[in-house]
Amino acid sequence: MDERETSALLYLDGVTVSFDGFRALNELSFTIDPGEMRAVIGPNGAGKTTMMDVVTGKTRPETGDVLFDGIHRLTDLYESDIAELGIGRKFQKPTVFESHTVEDNLRLALKADRRARAALTWHDNVDEVTRIDRLFETIRLGALRSRLAGSLSHGQKQWLEIGMLLAQEPKLLLVDEPVAGMTDAETHQTAELLREINRERTVVVVEHDMTFVRALDVKVTVPGAARSEMPRSACAAP
Amino acid sequence: MISLFARGFDRSTTAFILVILGLAVAVPLLNLMLPPESLFHVPVYIVSLWGKYASYAILALSIDLIWGYCGILSLGHGAFFALGGYAMGMYLMRQIGTRGVYANPILPDFMVFLNWDHLPFYWWGFNWFAYAAVMVVLVPGLLAFVFGWFAFRSRVTGVYLSIITQALTFALMLGFFRNNFGFGGNNGLTDFKDVLGFNVQAAGTRGALFAITCVVLAAALMMCRALVTSKFGKVLIAIRDAESRTRFLGYKVESYKLLVFTLSACMAGVAGALYVPQVGIINPSEFAPANSIEEAIWVAVGGRGTLTGAILGAVVVNYGKTYFTSGVLAPYWLFVLGGLFVGVTLLLPRGIVGTILHLWSGRRRPDTPDPDPQPVGEPAPAE
Repeated sequence: MDERETSALLYLDGVTVSFDGFRALNELSFTIDPGEMRAVIGPNGAGKTTMMDVVTGKTRPETGDVLFDGIHRLTDLYESDIAELGIGRKFQKPTVFESHTVEDNLRLALKADRRARAALTWHDNVDEVTRIDRLFETIRLGALRSRLAGSLSHGQKQWLEIGMLLAQEPKLLLVDEPVAGMTDAETHQTAELLREINRERTVVVVEHDMTFVRALDVKVTVPGAARSEMPRSACAAP
Repeated sequence: MISLFARGFDRSTTAFILVILGLAVAVPLLNLMLPPESLFHVPVYIVSLWGKYASYAILALSIDLIWGYCGILSLGHGAFFALGGYAMGMYLMRQIGTRGVYANPILPDFMVFLNWDHLPFYWWGFNWFAYAAVMVVLVPGLLAFVFGWFAFRSRVTGVYLSIITQALTFALMLGFFRNNFGFGGNNGLTDFKDVLGFNVQAAGTRGALFAITCVVLAAALMMCRALVTSKFGKVLIAIRDAESRTRFLGYKVESYKLLVFTLSACMAGVAGALYVPQVGIINPSEFAPANSIEEAIWVAVGGRGTLTGAILGAVVVNYGKTYFTSGVLAPYWLFVLGGLFVGVTLLLPRGIVGTILHLWSGRRRPDTPDPDPQPVGEPAPAE
């Protein structure tokens, strides 16, 4: 497998996406190195979330190349395949399985065989419980493990979702606005949590809370920057 | 696999299964053992009527499995039920032999009437029960697999999926109404004589059919409970609540949906096969879109995502239907049905069993959001 085309973990080259003529992403190019933490900033509508949609396979770009780990061409893969390659995504709005318990949320996210056959023959095992316990140590929701996820507060849901991301044991974490709607104390704790996660994993954080981005103290990418030649009217569109 | 089936027994499911199996024994015995003048004698028409309810309950269970747990609202499940019914009806037609009006040993009456001189190839093999039994499961399963493969792969969900399932059952209805389709046209298949050598009209056969339907219902309930409490079931619920989240976790949502949809269609087919010998007829009106909508109402009334609620809903609504349509209130049944659906949606969105379970769990362990959540401490460093 010596076909690596780049040493970067994530490589975007000339990615363009338009919706009904509106260019959400225009010739976006950047690379993320293994082990890096990167903040992506920009005003609303700058294409931050679209960028994540492209990387996770939700949106197919019209032109451009997206490579993961130097060999996987993400533009040809489905969401579930991309997730299995080791890219975890946290949504802007905390998305957890509300009618499952906190523990089951993590259990479903644990890295394991995702096929239906494996899910049918699954049974409780010590290894899983140990891994779940370790995650609870990180996200500190252990006291709430048998509560329904739907009954958690906003901040707790955000942490649970970050826990679910970690449970997948991804190489790359994409985190979309993790501190939206959080208190200052929670924001601070979240920055701390992400920095700790970054010790092992590559992280891309999309955020427009500048205090938070400053607290992360990492390299910053502005996807809208390449679009500055665009007519102002297009930039003003939602 | 053993642990999978062991999970099929929680307390309420076990109680339900015991009641169903108790009825499976008691009802035929009360019919056969007691003299007709006895107070506890169950007339034979009641045995068949409740046998019909039991087969409807299996159908309701199959709808609850996909709707209540995976969020797939099929408004065409009557099609799978009817296909299973037709497969059984074809077997029963071939058993008539020379006792038909035209006494043709091979061709059913309607084919003689249409001047057909040979049996169409798709009727071959239906003189064997085992072959018919395989077709009962295979035909609805295959249709559901092909339909689901296209629908789920194209990510058709929600109301759009419901509409195309309606179109599916409507198209089948139009097809089966045609005489040259080879399934008896609008008269369907009827005038059955024997099933496995036993007279379908005999009280003993009726009792046995009732008992078998109850046993299948109990087994189906157990299987569904085992399925929804397994990790597979947890993934189904995850898909229902947050489909794209499930996909981003790496689950192939399409395969899960396809598997559960196909399984559900097979169950519906079995229900139809048990229904036909007990009511003595299968015709294209079973494919009517209104039937499929009514079936969804049973599940909504009983309680989506509870399994036992689906069974209860099927029995309660159909008992109501029998009650209302066999008296002076007959013209008003459709109003009652419509009112029931509106009433349940507005006043009892969880259905009968869902509401009871909710109140019960609310008393033991409040799941309502904590108004003042305790601080959970700072996130600890990751290793």
